[in-house]
Amino acid sequence: MTNTLSGKSQGNEVPTKKKVTGAEAVVLSLLEEGVDILFGYPGGAIMPVYDELYKYQDQLKHVLVRHEQGAVHAAQGFARVTNDVGVCIATSGPGATNLITGIADAMIDSTPLVCITGQVAKHLLGTDAFQETDVVGISMPVTKWNYQVTKASEIPEAIAKAFYLAKSGRPGPVLIDITKNAQFEEFDFEYKKCEKVRSYKPVEPAEESTLEEAAKLINEAKKPYILVGQGVILSEAQKEFIEFVEKTGAPVASTLLGLSAVSADHPQYVGYLGMHGNYGPNVKTNECDVLIAIGMRFDDRVTGDLSRYAKQAKVIHFEIDPAEIDKNVKTDVAVIADAKEALTRLLPKLENRTHDAWLEEFRACDRLEEEKVHVNDFAPDTKKPKMAEVVKMLSEMTEGKAVIVTDVGQHQMVTTRYYEFRQSVSNVTSGGLGTMGFALPAAIGAKFGKRDREVVMIAGDGGFQMTLQELGTIMQEKLPVKILILNNSFLGMVRQWQQMFFERRYSFTEMDNPDFVKLAGAFDIEAMRVSDRESLHDGLTAMLNSEESFLLEVVVEKETNVFPMIPTGESVSNVRLE
Amino acid sequence: MEKKRFTLSIFTENTVGLLTRITLIFTRRKINIESLTTSASEIDNVHRFTVVFNSSHENAIKVLKQIEKQVDVIKCFCYEDQDIIFQEIALYKVSIHNLHEGNEVENIVRKSHARILAAQPDFLVIEKTGHEYETHELYEQLKPFGLMQFARSGRIALAKERQEVSAMLRDLAENSI
Ligand SMILES: Cc1ncc(C[n+]2csc(CCOP(=O)(O)OP(=O)(O)O)c2C)c(N)n1
Repeated sequence: MTNTLSGKSQGNEVPTKKKVTGAEAVVLSLLEEGVDILFGYPGGAIMPVYDELYKYQDQLKHVLVRHEQGAVHAAQGFARVTNDVGVCIATSGPGATNLITGIADAMIDSTPLVCITGQVAKHLLGTDAFQETDVVGISMPVTKWNYQVTKASEIPEAIAKAFYLAKSGRPGPVLIDITKNAQFEEFDFEYKKCEKVRSYKPVEPAEESTLEEAAKLINEAKKPYILVGQGVILSEAQKEFIEFVEKTGAPVASTLLGLSAVSADHPQYVGYLGMHGNYGPNVKTNECDVLIAIGMRFDDRVTGDLSRYAKQAKVIHFEIDPAEIDKNVKTDVAVIADAKEALTRLLPKLENRTHDAWLEEFRACDRLEEEKVHVNDFAPDTKKPKMAEVVKMLSEMTEGKAVIVTDVGQHQMVTTRYYEFRQSVSNVTSGGLGTMGFALPAAIGAKFGKRDREVVMIAGDGGFQMTLQELGTIMQEKLPVKILILNNSFLGMVRQWQQMFFERRYSFTEMDNPDFVKLAGAFDIEAMRVSDRESLHDGLTAMLNSEESFLLEVVVEKETNVFPMIPTGESVSNVRLE
Repeated sequence: MEKKRFTLSIFTENTVGLLTRITLIFTRRKINIESLTTSASEIDNVHRFTVVFNSSHENAIKVLKQIEKQVDVIKCFCYEDQDIIFQEIALYKVSIHNLHEGNEVENIVRKSHARILAAQPDFLVIEKTGHEYETHELYEQLKPFGLMQFARSGRIALAKERQEVSAMLRDLAENSI
């Protein structure tokens, strides 16, 4: 096989021509793609590109993170709030391998990323040279596409293809590995945006017949039930989606990544699906007659036991990726398309319907959940505040309009349950991979992406310590990210499982923590600790009123559990309330 | 679920690393690849992978979709044995010292429609093309004579039905750049 860029990409912009080095071509290509910020960390094998970044500082901002994992999570946070491609850059070997966790995270959560890594010179490839790692091999299972550039002249085409592939169809991360000699070589630079790749079919219009079938099923349904996933946000179909929801009159529930697509106060919004989702949305899955899934992929955290999932229902699946159809749940009608296109064409085929009695069934479940769960989550029977109280207060104080970036654990589930998202594209979290350490760097990226919005990250004491060095990035950039640590001195979520399924054997989940307030001080970040209910409001006020970055540590009740819960392998019907 | 034998014909760009991407799809699902061959196809710059594996029909379709999803894969077809013409090639090295009656091996070779590819002072190399059971049959027949070496290729296959593949290829030729 030949080592060339094949499956050639096609574009049609008028090319510009100029003699440059490969390194300069990297920067020029990024500029051609409209990139104005990237997150990275330098090193030997990427130094020529860094030298060019120095030159182009006024056009292309580089944010120096403190660990490459921070760079990739920041790029993810940026991509998630802007719906644009996030870009990160690292050196070869350890720099490149440090990106892998974030790339895997982006892959499973369909986040468009272009990751650029330096590589040893071409003549050293395969010799175990200093800082040589086969990052193309390592990243293969977790990238949508990757490519190693060994000649400068390949750079524009590789980068153009990378951006096109990252963003089109089902988005995802791509990686371009560039050998050092290619960064030094000179060539005639010309840039053409990629608009087509022969062997790649991003998305086609929905088939009319499937839309007809879907409309018929929806119009005739007695108990239709809509599940919304991130696909609706990625295709920017929120408006069409709400129209769809209102026309059908059906209850709508959200997946973890679909949260904020529909405002929490919408009368047909019934809550959140999955292992720690709301009671009604889970149990009613097994009572609806038509299940309409849009831009979601029936993750096992949503479905529980597949053999007992929505067996009674006709399933309609709107999905951009054909490989998701019938992967987990067998569908009756599959609409393979971009959500916005499909919904726009579906809407005129729908009759106006209402399903008040059916919606009321969900409300009855809500009341049960309130009675069984909220009573515990909000009852001031403990000395220390509970996570739910903190989140509820934050939700009220920000009117549900902040960008919320969560880490992974109990606080994540509590936040996604109790933060009432009122504005779309406001929920940034690691869904598919569940990556602890995600929140702090992702919040940095999110703030750069949406400077005009309040960005609040919420982490547990455990996950925060996985990437806390990024406080340095916040310090250097004077970035007004709000940091909320819900400190239970435990790896809370694991402790909950140990309590429930391992006879309370708390094996290595209790944590002695540093003084987070002092720690923030070392990074010149204002901070405050709150350990009682009475000062919670003041703490949150101080955090939200600050014009700068602010760390608020809330010492919460040590041993509380997140309910409802569907134990692993159980049916959604067996969601536990206590 | 009942397992059957499936053959995938995968038409791809000729790119570095694609073999790994394709095999990873099997590896991840713990599906053992029975055989894999790759070669040029009838179209310039389009390569063909032929992969044979055992699985349930449902999983075979899931694998097919994951393969088609790869950027450099142009098209993937999934066949059962009755849908294709397929062959493998086997080579057998037999020691001459054990051939007491010279024409015994010759008879076997002739009857099984094999041929002698090379005759050296010490050994013969016999070639046989056929289905796996046929090349295996010859293996059993030659074994008593002291088989020194044996190698069998992966399967190569062509679809019986013409329509789908040829339409796709026509399409490709028009769009190729
Ligand atoms: C990188 C990584 N390692 C391990 C885990 C497993 N894990 C999931 S939740 C959790 C505990 C999280 O504890 P903490 O960050 O304190 O948050 P809490 O659950 O207490 O809110 C762990 C260890 C993970 N998700 N990610």
